[in-house]
Amino acid sequence: MDFSGLIDNFGPLTVTGLAQGAIIALFALGYTLVYGVLRLINFAHSEVFLMGTYACLIVWGFFGLDQNSAAPSVGGMLLYLVIGLVVAIIASGVTALAVEVVAYRPLRRRNAPPLAFLITAIGASLFISELTGVLTHRNQRGVPPIIQAKPLFTIGDTTVTNLQLLIIVLALVMMFVLDRFINGSRLGRGIRAVSQNPDSAALMGVNKSRVIALVFLLGGLMAGIAAVMYDLKIGVTRYDAGFLLGIDAFAAAVLGGIGNLRGALLGGLLLGVLQNYAAGLFGSQWLHAASFVLLVVILLFRPTGLLGESLGRARA
Amino acid sequence: MLLEIDNVTLAYGRIQALHGISLTVGEGEVVALIGANGAGKSTTMRAISGLRPVSQGTIKFDGQDITKLRADLRVIRGVSQSPEGRGIFPGMTVRENLEMGAYTRRNRTEINEDLQRAFTLFPRLKEREKQTGGTLSGGEQQMLAVGRALMSRPKLLLLDEPSMGLAPMLIQQIFDIIVEINQQGTTVLLVEQNAQQALSRAHRAYVLETGRIVKEGTGRELLNDPAVKDAYLGVA
Repeated sequence: MDFSGLIDNFGPLTVTGLAQGAIIALFALGYTLVYGVLRLINFAHSEVFLMGTYACLIVWGFFGLDQNSAAPSVGGMLLYLVIGLVVAIIASGVTALAVEVVAYRPLRRRNAPPLAFLITAIGASLFISELTGVLTHRNQRGVPPIIQAKPLFTIGDTTVTNLQLLIIVLALVMMFVLDRFINGSRLGRGIRAVSQNPDSAALMGVNKSRVIALVFLLGGLMAGIAAVMYDLKIGVTRYDAGFLLGIDAFAAAVLGGIGNLRGALLGGLLLGVLQNYAAGLFGSQWLHAASFVLLVVILLFRPTGLLGESLGRARA
Repeated sequence: MLLEIDNVTLAYGRIQALHGISLTVGEGEVVALIGANGAGKSTTMRAISGLRPVSQGTIKFDGQDITKLRADLRVIRGVSQSPEGRGIFPGMTVRENLEMGAYTRRNRTEINEDLQRAFTLFPRLKEREKQTGGTLSGGEQQMLAVGRALMSRPKLLLLDEPSMGLAPMLIQQIFDIIVEINQQGTTVLLVEQNAQQALSRAHRAYVLETGRIVKEGTGRELLNDPAVKDAYLGVA
């Protein structure tokens, strides 16, 4: 145990953790949204994220950018960033909808038992991940230097880079927008109604299929943003990138209280930060093990997660 | 006829719940459906609102066949149900619950008028406007469920056990309100355990036994029917 390693690097570990956690939180929203309405863990959500990580790389490739390109100008950076985000959001959103329509909807029509959904979810996840693996020859793909991490400002001895700030701010803004949508709009109210009482929601005139499609889409959009941030932060993606980070994101959703949007944010940030503290304390090889020990400990005391209530109860 | 149900059968898995039910509700009527527990009253309501698919038979509303129509689309046609067990949204405030009732409507001015009407019918709901549905008492939840069902401006209001779990004074009150709603122009189909109240307030009524209609008549006729008295009114 390296206490001095943790204490000396407390600031940088916190900032790195928050940026990592912000990505996890955006990713986790997809699990929590779908769970809130369908009581289903959509394991294929990790591949919804995966498609986003590739989609922006492919479109940047159209502009002749690869990992060996020179960094673009500020104007080019913004342009590429926006294009990458839009394309990744579309790719992830479409993937999420496709999974719902192809894999889950036919099962719902036949009133399949929950286990059938679970195995279908795992199957859809494996299928997309393996297909990506085959198409990419299981090679990783490098990310062009759209944004080069540069120190932006310093608090005490902690330096915050432009990329870290972008990731954290973007995640918070998206969370806020999503929260306003769920709690403030008519469609958002429909989502809450279905999650609280599906039969009553139908009696109010809420189209359940549309609500279900909408939560898959929303989860996909958030995963698309997370995917671009992940690319820029990590610098490479691979066919199993979604699987690995997906476990963190799912853990974050459970940690915060699955079904609760704000719980996903809290769980994501907490997991990101604590993983980095654990890495400082025990060495980075212990990052995942330590965070899951913590998850188990927290769930022992709060079995429904930190903000554990349903999506529908998420109040403004 | 506003509602015509013809020979409807419905099964939960292998258990046959309705064995060929036929009934009608005319525009402007209050019609009651009485019967013992498990007779199929709530199932009939679910068939009408579309929560449960029927196996056979037809349901016509406003002259059109709605047998296969999804529940949410029946709301747009003018069918609204206050379900058994109230079915309120526990995490939404009273106001949000009421506004859910107007989900299919867009005209904000009309919705606000109807909110005021609901608050006039149930002043208690006004007091509780910002509380979440889950924190209300059973009686208040019942008022909320009825008020919410009215928010879609239905042609036909389906009320499933509106007096369930209410104190005797509140039962009187809720039946007064049902009559008032009806006089304001809404047709009502009512399921009740409280046969005395239901029959004295309804224009017509049907008696259900084990998934079949065994008697029908005006409220008064059934109130004076010896068999009905014996089985449902607790007097020999």
